[in-house]
Formats: sequence, structure tokens, C-alpha cells
Amino acid sequence: MGFIHVTDRQGTIHDLEAVEGWRVMEIIREHGLAIEAICGGACECATCHVYVAPEWQEKLFPPREDEEDMLDELPEINQASRLSCQIIWQENLNGLHLTLADG
Amino acid sequence: MSGDIVSIEDYTAQAKCTKTCDIAIIGAGPVGLFAVFQAGLLGLKCILVDALERPGGQCAELYPEKPIYDIPAYPVISGQELTDRLMEQIKPFGPEFLYSQQVARLAKSSDGTFKLVTTQGITISAPAVFIAAGAGSFVPRKPKVEGLAAFEEKSFFYAVRNRNNFVDRDVVVFGGGDSALDWTLDLLPHAKSLTLVHRRDKFRASPASIEAMRKAVEDKRLRLVFGQLHGLAGTQGELNKITVKTSDGEIEEINADRALAFFGLNIELGPIAQWGLNLNSKLIEVDTERFETSTPGIFAIGDINWYPGKLKLILSGFHEGALAAQAAFKIARPDEKLVFRYTTSSSDLHEKLGVA
Repeated sequence: MGFIHVTDRQGTIHDLEAVEGWRVMEIIREHGLAIEAICGGACECATCHVYVAPEWQEKLFPPREDEEDMLDELPEINQASRLSCQIIWQENLNGLHLTLADG
Repeated sequence: MSGDIVSIEDYTAQAKCTKTCDIAIIGAGPVGLFAVFQAGLLGLKCILVDALERPGGQCAELYPEKPIYDIPAYPVISGQELTDRLMEQIKPFGPEFLYSQQVARLAKSSDGTFKLVTTQGITISAPAVFIAAGAGSFVPRKPKVEGLAAFEEKSFFYAVRNRNNFVDRDVVVFGGGDSALDWTLDLLPHAKSLTLVHRRDKFRASPASIEAMRKAVEDKRLRLVFGQLHGLAGTQGELNKITVKTSDGEIEEINADRALAFFGLNIELGPIAQWGLNLNSKLIEVDTERFETSTPGIFAIGDINWYPGKLKLILSGFHEGALAAQAAFKIARPDEKLVFRYTTSSSDLHEKLGVA
């Protein structure tokens, strides 16, 4: 068992209980935070865009080409940008901190 | 909604044309399409409105090639194939489609029917309305830069509606997909100058377009800049300069009086939120007998609705459409008796299906 810390669009930090093997997008959505995730995790819509805290960026599996392609559809991204449907939560991500991008 | 009653008639009086049907369906995704079938069996005629220029909704727009495994009797089917099969299935009922438009206004008129006015100025008059809008309408994704609104549809565009707008102009195109590359190549002979701006040196477009784009860059007919939109400058809606933050972090100025942005699509609930329906965080509350909203005669089916136990599955939406169609029949044909029949055995249904 572990947690992720998610800063919402109002700046409030939520500590969310994580489930091994779930997509981070699913953890955020199941806790009722405002994340669109329209395509449901198919890496087809880029509406689960998050910014990963600097200390966590290196610990994540780098984005695959299909995630990069979807990130290309967002007008503004930065080094921290990831699609949360493409991050699968494992115990080594206990404490992962991210911020929801604007919808 | 009552506040709209007077104005909707003023509004529709100016509309280009009025179409009538039994059920106006908002959204031509799988659930809206199958509702046409269920309504058709009951002899009800449907008109569908969709923001996209083709049927299928998310299935066709987001994942046409992706396999779907939970459609009954199809161990696997792609989003596009499912759309195509549904279109074939509803063909006998001759539904009318109004594409590339949203329902901007919806209100009940004094004769008891609903009047829907689309963004292309078409009025639909119908005794029942099905909202099958999924997660909302697909709209172009907009960049978040200061002052953007003043330039939109004057010198900053998300689509080319009139090519003359770009002739002899200094044009900047944003994006790395097929739309961005196709329009870059299309406008190249007409524009005074053309700059393509994309985040990185990697494009998701047809190999032929990428090759043609590279050739144009080589021949210095096209400038290619790697970066993201940073700022817009100009007066009274007319752009004269665009700044781009390049991948090296530099700010580069580009003289430009026209911009085209292709950042994919976003989904917005849009005007639906203004119709006075009970909403539960962007979803429309319905009962589970008729899937009717808080306004009698307006139904919500598929991903857009909410009720206890709701699952956002295509098959749930099919069921919801079937029950809503039964309820719509009672509204559209108050004097007729509805008899439940099966397509396997009813000659009346065979006639409607054109298989008699």
C-alpha cells in the first residue's frame, strides 16, 4: 500500500491511496479529482495531462512514442509533462507527487 | 428553461430552415446511432446533430483503429468498424444527419414541442430530445496565451474555411500531425511566407506529407521552427507578430499576420450545461425506467448520463436508448398503442427494416 500526492487545479494537495498496477490516471479519477481522461486510458486524448514533480521525473519509465505523439497535441507542455494514464503505479512510486494540468 | 420560451421563437423565426422529426438526437456516436434503430422499430423518425463532420463520436475520432472487446457478439471490433456496422443497421430508417454543428439552444415552445437551434442556424422541431453527447462536443484545443480571444476567427484560426484568408499572408502553422502538414503544403504556394512550428523534430503524419514538408524546408520555401507558441501581438484582432519559445528556451519573434493552430481536439460539455437540466458534475441525471432528465421529454443516454450504478459502457448506452425510445413513442404518438414485438417474427418490423 502506498500514496500519491496530487495538487489539484486550485492548488490543494490530496494524498491518494494508490493501488499496485493501476494507472495513475485511474487512481486520481477513482478518488473523484477533476481529471477528464476521456478516452479511458487508451493514450488517445491527452486529457489526463499532469506535471510530475522534479524529484520524480527520473524515477518514471520514460514516455513511449505514442505518449510523445499525444503530448504533441497539447499547446503547452514542459519537461514535467506526462500523461497519467501511461504511468502504472508500483511500490517504487510511493510518494509520487504530481500536479493536474489545466483541462 | 422557461426563460428561453419567448426568445426561442424569436430565434427560430430567423433560422434558415426548420426540420421536423419525432426525436432530435444530440450526438452521433454509437449510442445515438443505435437509438435511431430502436426508435425506427417503433416508427419514429430521427435527426442527429454532431459537432464532428462524420458519425461515430469518440469511436471514430479518438480510437478508430483501436480494438473494442466488449460489444456483445463481436469478440473484437474497431471503433470505425462498429460505427460502420451501426450506420448499416440504421440505414432502413433513413435518419438525417446534421454534421459540423452543435445544438446552441434548446427550449420548449408554446406548442409543446422542443425547438433546437444549431450553430449553423438550422431549427429542429421535435416532441422528444435524446442527449447522447458522450463526454461533450469535440472542439479544437486552444492554446493558453494572453489576448488570444481578440485574434480568434480574425487572424488566428483552428481550421481553414476560406483559403483566400491566407493568400499573400505571412502564415504560421502550429502542429505536427496530418492536419498541420496538409494545410502547410496546401497553403505553401499561396502564402507570402510560411512557418511551421512544432514541438520537436518528429511528425505524426503520412510519410508522403512529411517528405514533401522536408523538401520545402530544404528548398527554403518553408521555415521549420521547433518550439511552442509563446505570445501574440497585433491590433484590433489583426496579428502582426508571433513569439515562439524554441526548444533551446529562446524566445523567437516571427512576423506573421495569420496563424493556424492544429493542437488536436478537446471535449467540452458546451451549451448543454445551459439548458436547466439537473447535472451531477457534468453528467445529466436520469431515471432508470425511461432515462429521462429532469425535463420531461428530454432524455439522456450513454456516457453523458448518470444514475446509481451507471457504467460507461457502449452496451449500457444501447439499452438506455431502447428504453428511452419506448418512452419517446408515448410522447410522439400519444393516441397510438404500443405493442412490443420481436424483429425475428414481426412482419410489421420486417417491413420497417426493409426485409419483408
